[in-house]
Amino acid sequence: MTSLEEKIDEAKRLSLQITKETDDDRLMTLSVGPQHPGSGHFRFTIKLDGDYIVFVDPDPGYVHRGHEKMCEYRNHFQNIPHLERPVIHDSCNITYAYSLAVEDLVGITVPRRGQFIRALASELSRLSYTLYWLAIYGIFLGHSTMFMWPAGDRELLIDLLERLSGARVTNAFNIPGGVRNDIPYNFKEKCLAQVNYFEKRLKEYDNIFYNNPLVRQRTEGVGILTKEDAIKLGVTGSVLRASGVPFDVRKVEPYDVYNEIDFNVQYMKTCDSFARAYVPVLDMRESCHIIRQLLDKMPESGDVREKLQFNIKSSPGETYKRVESGRGALGYHVVSDGTPKPYRVKASVGSFRNLLALPFLLTGSKLGDMPAIYWSLNYWPVEADR
Amino acid sequence: MGSLTPDFRFGNFVASIVWLVLVVLALFTVLILPIIFFSLFYVPLPIVDGQVLTPYLFFSMMVDPSRTLPIVQFFIHTDIFRAAIFPGFAFAALIAAVTIFVERKLLAKMQLRVGPLYAGKVEGIFQLLADGLKLLTKEIIVPSGADKPIFWLAPIMFVSTAAAVVALIPVASGWVVADVDVGLIAAFAILGFFPLIALLFSWASNSKYPFIGGLRALHQLIAFEIPFFLSALPVVILSSSLNLSDIARSQNIFWNIFILPINAFVFFISSLAELERIPFDLPEAESEIVAGWLTETTGMIYGLIQLGSYLKLYALAGLFVILFLGGWYGPQIFPQELIPGAHESNLPLLQMLALDGLYNPITVNSIFWFLVKTIVVIFLMLIIRGINPRIRIDILLHTGWYKLIVLTFINLFVVLMLIYGGIIGPEGVISIR
Repeated sequence: MTSLEEKIDEAKRLSLQITKETDDDRLMTLSVGPQHPGSGHFRFTIKLDGDYIVFVDPDPGYVHRGHEKMCEYRNHFQNIPHLERPVIHDSCNITYAYSLAVEDLVGITVPRRGQFIRALASELSRLSYTLYWLAIYGIFLGHSTMFMWPAGDRELLIDLLERLSGARVTNAFNIPGGVRNDIPYNFKEKCLAQVNYFEKRLKEYDNIFYNNPLVRQRTEGVGILTKEDAIKLGVTGSVLRASGVPFDVRKVEPYDVYNEIDFNVQYMKTCDSFARAYVPVLDMRESCHIIRQLLDKMPESGDVREKLQFNIKSSPGETYKRVESGRGALGYHVVSDGTPKPYRVKASVGSFRNLLALPFLLTGSKLGDMPAIYWSLNYWPVEADR
Repeated sequence: MGSLTPDFRFGNFVASIVWLVLVVLALFTVLILPIIFFSLFYVPLPIVDGQVLTPYLFFSMMVDPSRTLPIVQFFIHTDIFRAAIFPGFAFAALIAAVTIFVERKLLAKMQLRVGPLYAGKVEGIFQLLADGLKLLTKEIIVPSGADKPIFWLAPIMFVSTAAAVVALIPVASGWVVADVDVGLIAAFAILGFFPLIALLFSWASNSKYPFIGGLRALHQLIAFEIPFFLSALPVVILSSSLNLSDIARSQNIFWNIFILPINAFVFFISSLAELERIPFDLPEAESEIVAGWLTETTGMIYGLIQLGSYLKLYALAGLFVILFLGGWYGPQIFPQELIPGAHESNLPLLQMLALDGLYNPITVNSIFWFLVKTIVVIFLMLIIRGINPRIRIDILLHTGWYKLIVLTFINLFVVLMLIYGGIIGPEGVISIR
């Protein structure tokens, strides 16, 4: 295995060579996206030499909506609904990070019951996001059943979130100071039943998808991202864990109640596309585990939210808080100048970090590997563009 | 009903329809009927039951049931009936339509969905009709810079080539459109046209994704044609004939799949590759190359290619049944007489329902068993789509060139050993004939 520098040098050399040889008939420039069924809201141009990809040029930015700038014109509560837009399936995690940052600035602590409920909401949200991602991974490999099953089972979790917050996907549930409302009547039993059922379904995913020899043939040994390269490229989340680094923000920097929860950081050492596709499933199992513990340890009664006025003011200062989202570490850097509105908000998202690995992994692989590598990177174009 | 115009009157609407019918009838009487009758002067009319089949005789079958049967019997033995209706194009197209519907419902049930639901009262049974009408009304967009003659011709070529394969498939003894002595070779030769059409169409589309898709189709079909042919070779050795009807007749004692299980497996896998179905749908891989060689198809061009590919599905399933599953042989389940005691009855309607001369229990039984086996094979081909992903081109080529070819040779040697050992074959212990 060559080192990262050598590979990057080779890619640079290749790209220079290609820019020289644009008239070469051997190379075919192919545009993947934004209207390609295998790209999402994203475009990358690839150059093909036969069946091999020799050059990749990612071109994100099609869904840039400038929500970091939008944050500067709204107060902290008004920021919540539009911050969760980039990944509406994972809305509770995005708002979680922002809420943590704001609470740190204002200097409040969330009531204990509220901490448990927001962790519960974020775990449900993570499950829902991961299922959506998994569904798309299935259809990218041409496995239509794997597209429909997660998309169908996701409804269970969406129902839970709807009971919890009133909205199916754009929950706006985690807000600075806690959560918007208490859990509804009979929620615990419903949640336990659905999570237990969902764990059984995860075994069936193994049977139909991950143990399928054709899936293994397509993903195993494809797009190797070694441990060193992964750390150097700065990828996070399931991509990093699939490269053999047991890094999980919930474990290394526990926030709220996560230090009281007993869970393992799941990781694999094979570093290939299969590992990157399978680690989220292991994560989902851990999430089910965490949800059960949260429901068990949750205080029976108490406040769920610190009462705050609408225009909360914070002392001037800055803070950076991050959580583990479905796509990796997701952090918010919030700078305040003492007014109710933040002076600057900078989001550090897992998707954009994972995008950096895309040209690195795709260069030299086959065209048929493109969907298997691209979507295994757990990259959500809208979040990367912000 | 918000789409009605303000001055809508139901009476006017009915009157317009009545007028339309009247005008059509008048035109038919004044123009078309004379043309038909004049042209009939120059056509030698066939003789049915000792009488010349004039139009008057033809219409008399509406009032006299005893005339109906001979005329129908005459028609179902004409070549035009065989080619156009049964077992030719209309029959295969009907099976193709049913296959598309069953595929959608079956996959939906596998995937926790309901599938087509709204078109038609029962389970969306007219969904295909709705889709067909939609495709008919769609605009056909020809890309700029496309090779127009080939672009228009390729879908028609695709359907007619698929129909040509269908014409070679016998559904019962004597029930085949083209009873060719080299039927198997003819089928393979016609199937060899499909990559050519895919490549021509993709080249004519003047686009990059179709071009890659066409090249993939070419690679895939060449890689899988050799195991495809080779897996049928022991069948020819066993039955010592290339005629598909004779191959089916040679299996009246036991089916070939019991001697040639590996070859049947290879044939099945290769036919999936020929059909470009999942897991071998690389030429249409949508997450890699949009829709492959079908990217630039619109409207009825797409509809025709879909029809052709499902005709091909029926043809290959039928070929599998003929080669390995004993063709049309099965236990006799139809009675000797359709309605017992109908011949002795005095009622003319009951006599007609006995379908004397039309109803042949052996033929009906053959068609029934052929259909059952074909549907089972089609079912297997459909289920594979629900449980497998697409494979990569290098794995596909490796499978075609190395694994499948080797597998076919194993069974070929086994068959040759059995024949030279005098166990099976024309002079063997277990004689096939």
